[in-house]
Amino acid sequence: MSSAPLTQSGPEPPGGGSAVSAPAELRVEGLRVQIEGKRILEGVDLRVPEGEVHALMGPNGSGKSTLAYTLMGHPKYEVTGGSVSFAGEDLLALTPDRRARLGLFLSFQQPTAIPGVTTVNFLRAALRSQGRELPARDFIRRLGEEMEALRMDPSFRSRYINDGFSGGERKRAEILQLAMLEPRLAILDEPDSGLDVDALRTVAEGVRRVMERNAGRMGVLLITHYYRILEHLTPDRVHVMSEGRVVASGGSELAHRIEAEGYEPFLDAFSSAGREV
Amino acid sequence: MTVQARELTKDYRYGFHDEDVSVFRTEKGISPEVVAAISQHKGEPEWMLRFRLKALDHFLRRPMPTWGADLSGIDFANIYYYIKPVEEQGRSWDDVPESIRLTFDRLGIPEAERKFLAGVSAQYDSEVVYHNIRADLAKLGVVFSDCDTGLREHEEIFRRYFGTVIPPNDNKFAALNSAVWSGGSFVYVPRGVRVEIPLQAYFRINSDNMGQFERTLIIAEEGSYVHYIEGCTAPTYSNDSLHAAVVEIIAQPGAHVRYTTIQNWSDNVYNLVTKRAIAKEGATVEWIDGNLGSKITMKYPSIYLMGEGAHGEILSAAFAGDGQHQDAGSKCIHAAPNTTSNVVSRSISKGRGRTSYRGHIKVLPRATNVQCHVRCDALLLDEESRSDTYPYMDIENPDVTFGHEATVSKVGEDQIFYLQSRGIEEQDATALIVNGFFEPFVKELPMEYAVELNRLLALSMEGSVG
Repeated sequence: MSSAPLTQSGPEPPGGGSAVSAPAELRVEGLRVQIEGKRILEGVDLRVPEGEVHALMGPNGSGKSTLAYTLMGHPKYEVTGGSVSFAGEDLLALTPDRRARLGLFLSFQQPTAIPGVTTVNFLRAALRSQGRELPARDFIRRLGEEMEALRMDPSFRSRYINDGFSGGERKRAEILQLAMLEPRLAILDEPDSGLDVDALRTVAEGVRRVMERNAGRMGVLLITHYYRILEHLTPDRVHVMSEGRVVASGGSELAHRIEAEGYEPFLDAFSSAGREV
Repeated sequence: MTVQARELTKDYRYGFHDEDVSVFRTEKGISPEVVAAISQHKGEPEWMLRFRLKALDHFLRRPMPTWGADLSGIDFANIYYYIKPVEEQGRSWDDVPESIRLTFDRLGIPEAERKFLAGVSAQYDSEVVYHNIRADLAKLGVVFSDCDTGLREHEEIFRRYFGTVIPPNDNKFAALNSAVWSGGSFVYVPRGVRVEIPLQAYFRINSDNMGQFERTLIIAEEGSYVHYIEGCTAPTYSNDSLHAAVVEIIAQPGAHVRYTTIQNWSDNVYNLVTKRAIAKEGATVEWIDGNLGSKITMKYPSIYLMGEGAHGEILSAAFAGDGQHQDAGSKCIHAAPNTTSNVVSRSISKGRGRTSYRGHIKVLPRATNVQCHVRCDALLLDEESRSDTYPYMDIENPDVTFGHEATVSKVGEDQIFYLQSRGIEEQDATALIVNGFFEPFVKELPMEYAVELNRLLALSMEGSVG
């Protein structure tokens, strides 16, 4: 559990709104992270300007998910060096809930179940915590629309969040939350893993829908192994991670190269981090 | 209020007390003279006095039970066994003395009565001070009164059932209750009558060093239905109080009785209650039992499934905060063929709080084709909290379908993180998880109680993280 004092959680501007003055840019500099004494991130540098879509690729174990969890503030991930700022704030000094209220969102690769808490109550509590509660009728209508767009059965509302959900249902439920919360920066940790072609299209279209609705306002950091989802969500930039560092960055054509050649050329050819290709 | 008492009441908003307004009380301690004085004061028939004195004898001879929670702090000599708060029982809240009426106002009872109850009984220390039942139900022959009135006005049926489900020698505290009982509820539902909205009794201890010994007897005739709810609170004193109730239910063939308790005593109350029901052929009995308060609770609602096809449900939720011990559980005795029972228990411990689950399932040789299922889940909120499960199974007929599941878990770091990642503060996240854990219980409560329970849980959770 976080040891941050509760007194920090005073009133503050809600996430997702346009009233917040500082641009929602994410800046990661020299970030070093270890988990249970094991070093995972060895100095990550990354910048996601407001409203841009960046893809983060790389082989298994390269540290992509660790970066995602660290940005959201999971207590198990110990930051041993570097800095992270978002919307002008020192992100590392904030509890996860404060990060969320600043406009950060993480779509989990394997979201945990909360038995007894219905999807509907969960979402209402989340919106309330961000000072963005909707009148009940508007909320239900909006939820209905988003669920329909994601081809989710209406019974989902009263199901306990992630409890007994299939892999595909969990992915959709994460995107549903993205759609309802409309953050300023969405970190999507492998929203495509384990999905068949149809489910992948539904999820990708769901993300794109939220992106288009919030064009220029919502940034995306999309973590993926696969080229396929990038055909649906064209990134502004692509980064490649290896052994705890960003080893290459480029435009969307970089994803094509990876698709054609694999990660090998990047892992061997670039010994220095963050090389532009 | 002393500093100590103030600290005790931190999370407990019912800890206030009124000035003593009592019109009669027995001297402290228990003796045949005290028992006789109670009986005489109530003008009871001779048989009841004899019943009481015999029960006192059982009580004095029985050793303190040592198999469960620590009861060594109870000082039987330092307790008032009978305190009468008013001369007359009110039928309208206007008849109730103002200070007492204000207490029940603060507890929200008159408002609840107006909104959604078919009848209300309000007990203050030893006597019921207010009683009312809707006229349409009274006309159908439904009786809902305090137990003393039940004895006075319906002696024949009262005597036929009183003490038959829980005899005075059942256990030490049932014996004590049988000796000094006062107040409680007497409910009689005639054949085929369905009381569709709940009857409620509210029990309030006001006096310091008080023992409350209410006695409840519910008789549901063939094919009838009734839902009875009880709630309890007490002021927070630095001296301990004792609450030792006895509840007996008789569900005649095809009857359906649901008994809901939300026990929220202050944390200086020893709550030692014997609750038992008999379910005849095709009858259904449900105990919905929530334990939030008290210093120590020992309570194991039981169902004796005596008739073919009878069904029992025991659904309980317990929350043990710092220094509390909730030793709760259930008993299902299958004594007839084709009987079924289902037990669901959820408990949460916080701080040095401790929960225990004791379950007893017994299937007699003649009970064929029995189905029973027990599931108990415990949630620990921190390193110091504790939970134990003691299942006893006594199955004497092989023709049974039996399932037992038990889990103990901790509030997961990942669950908290997940909720926090959506903007929810850590404390609210814990409260959501706790409420979710109790959801199977809460969804069985009338709406007003569900809301109140969630609010109480949120209060109990305050300051639990950080």
